[in-house]
Amino acid sequence: MNGAQSLVKCLEKEGVEKLFGYPGVAIVPFFDALKDSSVEEILIRQEQNAAHAAGGYARTTGKVGVCVATSGPGATNLITGIATAFADSIPLVCITGQVESHLLGNDVFQEADVSGACESFVKYSYIVRDPADIPRIVKEAFYIAGSGRKGPVLIDFPMDIQLAEAGKFSYPKEISMRTYKPTVRGNGKQIKNVCLQLSKAKKPILCVGGGVHLSGAEKEIRQFAERYQLPVVSTMMGIGVMPSDHPLYFGMVGNNGQSYGNRAMNEADLIMMVGARVADRSVSQPGLVMTGKVLIHIDVDPAEIGKITGATTPLVGDIRTIFKEIEKHEITTDTSAFLRKLTEYKTQAKQDKQIASRNNMRKRAPHTIDPAAFIHTLSNAMDKDAIITVDVGQNQMWACANFAVREGLFLTSGGFGSMGYALPAAMGAQIAEKDRQVVALCGDAGFQMTMMELGTIHQYKVPMKVVILQNHTLGLVYQYQKLRCEKRYTMTEMDDSPHFECIAQAYEMEYYHISEESEVNDVLREFLLDDHPAILVCDVDPEEMA
Amino acid sequence: MKRIYSVLVENRAGVLCKVAGLFWRRCFNIDSLTVGETEDPAVSNMIIVSTGEEHTLEQIEKQLNKKIDVIKINAFHETDSICRELLFVKVKYNRNNRKDIMENCEIMGAEIVDMNETLMTLQMCDTPDRIKTFILSLKGLGIVEVTRTGTLATAKL
Repeated sequence: MNGAQSLVKCLEKEGVEKLFGYPGVAIVPFFDALKDSSVEEILIRQEQNAAHAAGGYARTTGKVGVCVATSGPGATNLITGIATAFADSIPLVCITGQVESHLLGNDVFQEADVSGACESFVKYSYIVRDPADIPRIVKEAFYIAGSGRKGPVLIDFPMDIQLAEAGKFSYPKEISMRTYKPTVRGNGKQIKNVCLQLSKAKKPILCVGGGVHLSGAEKEIRQFAERYQLPVVSTMMGIGVMPSDHPLYFGMVGNNGQSYGNRAMNEADLIMMVGARVADRSVSQPGLVMTGKVLIHIDVDPAEIGKITGATTPLVGDIRTIFKEIEKHEITTDTSAFLRKLTEYKTQAKQDKQIASRNNMRKRAPHTIDPAAFIHTLSNAMDKDAIITVDVGQNQMWACANFAVREGLFLTSGGFGSMGYALPAAMGAQIAEKDRQVVALCGDAGFQMTMMELGTIHQYKVPMKVVILQNHTLGLVYQYQKLRCEKRYTMTEMDDSPHFECIAQAYEMEYYHISEESEVNDVLREFLLDDHPAILVCDVDPEEMA
Repeated sequence: MKRIYSVLVENRAGVLCKVAGLFWRRCFNIDSLTVGETEDPAVSNMIIVSTGEEHTLEQIEKQLNKKIDVIKINAFHETDSICRELLFVKVKYNRNNRKDIMENCEIMGAEIVDMNETLMTLQMCDTPDRIKTFILSLKGLGIVEVTRTGTLATAKL
């Protein structure tokens, strides 16, 4: 058995069913070995999308996603995808081919120091030096990626090690790493303290982040909030922890969040941050928001607690485990007055929004639709448990505010904001769950960043749907220039977009188009019922603000 | 504020780079860094001296702890530690200043460890403060080259 075969065998042992990749000579032995394995390979069209697709796959299945690229340019193309996964703590194992060990450092053809380049945005990286180490390395890599604060792990795999004799295969049963022991159980004393603080609070609020999804603690959080009638807001990554129409849910907070969500945070006397890292887009002025409040910060990563703002009560551990523990305690709290006030804010904001939307309708260019209303309609027309992947930019802002998540998943690149994420991530999600409805929502610019993946969708007959909000601009930056640069638009107008209909045709996809409000319901129904991969383009006024 | 970190790490290729990279990326200061093997050849001890606000110093410790190659961190204040630094200074000497150099060495406890017709190499092992004082005392006496190890420290018993 050679090194490549050993690595493939390890992937089988880890229960890997699918991986996303692109070959090059330096990784050919690995793909050759893959041919004889149970692992199914998906040939993507550009390496960055292999990482995004593996990310979508991981977020859908809860398993570690796997992507593979060759050395040099293959590996460097992968980097944006790795950084995207790192920013959102998505568990990936990324395997890269590498030039032969004795040539390392000689600047030979297709050589790149990928582990060096990725150092600050991988959880850990390995360069395989000895084929005998492969089983230990892979076992560790999967464990590191999928435990504690999850994230991408890189294995750089020189060509000669792939071909070298690896000896008798034996996969380790257990992990022994003296340096890596993530905390799972929360400190008992601190848990009691949390309950005590909550009992004292008059206006407590929960702010949930992506960590809740990563821990699989959605149910526990919902039950906790319902039991004590606690209002809940979320960060972008925490969307979907609470169903959007839940009476206790007050939307996303932050720069682009709901006004009533931010108000709720501001007026609270206790904030319970759960799996959220107090990032700049969620809490732009932590000093102001947190002053005079009790802050309970629950996170699996101790470094996140106190990084931006000091917590009154820090609690480190796995969120699901911690809430199962908190459940056992009795908390006395009466939030009815606070909830009444927040509900008033919410109702008022929704009314204001309707009025604004009616006013906007008059200003809107002819043959364009209201993107916010459209996204809301889309969410209701989609299956209850459907998966939506959302790109970056205005479409993301509209989706965060208007997409009603019920039992499905809302996947977006929240931390890194990588344009072009939605399409490959949706592909990964759909490949993970063939029978679930999956829709990628993008702008026309983000779509064009990764639209080569329509080739993959075509090749593997992935029945996913793509919605493109077309406004012929880089909407969010265009909007920024409108407000901050006195309408001096530079590099944000994307005239002469390709005919997406022809592109759909080229990839044998169904094509739908909406340019009038009156068409929305009928076309959407037809589009979503279509068994084939399909593209829906909606015309949006470039002056529309998010 | 100054803080000394004694960081036990896996003695593997690339670990120094990972630790130094962390300081660079997160804009933490490194005043000095010394690395050496411990009694266990699989473990190295990095002594890192850093300055920053209390919050930054706390983050340094937390972020270092996240590094998978880091085994253990001991952070301590200068006052709670024994600190030493090794210094080599090459100075140009002649008949006029030779005596001054030798006197300075005697006062500060430095030694002359090498010499030729024009140059002397002085060696001193002392606290970082006294090392600094000694270098200052040689300022007018023709320093050619200064080589310092950076602070080596251990917590007081």
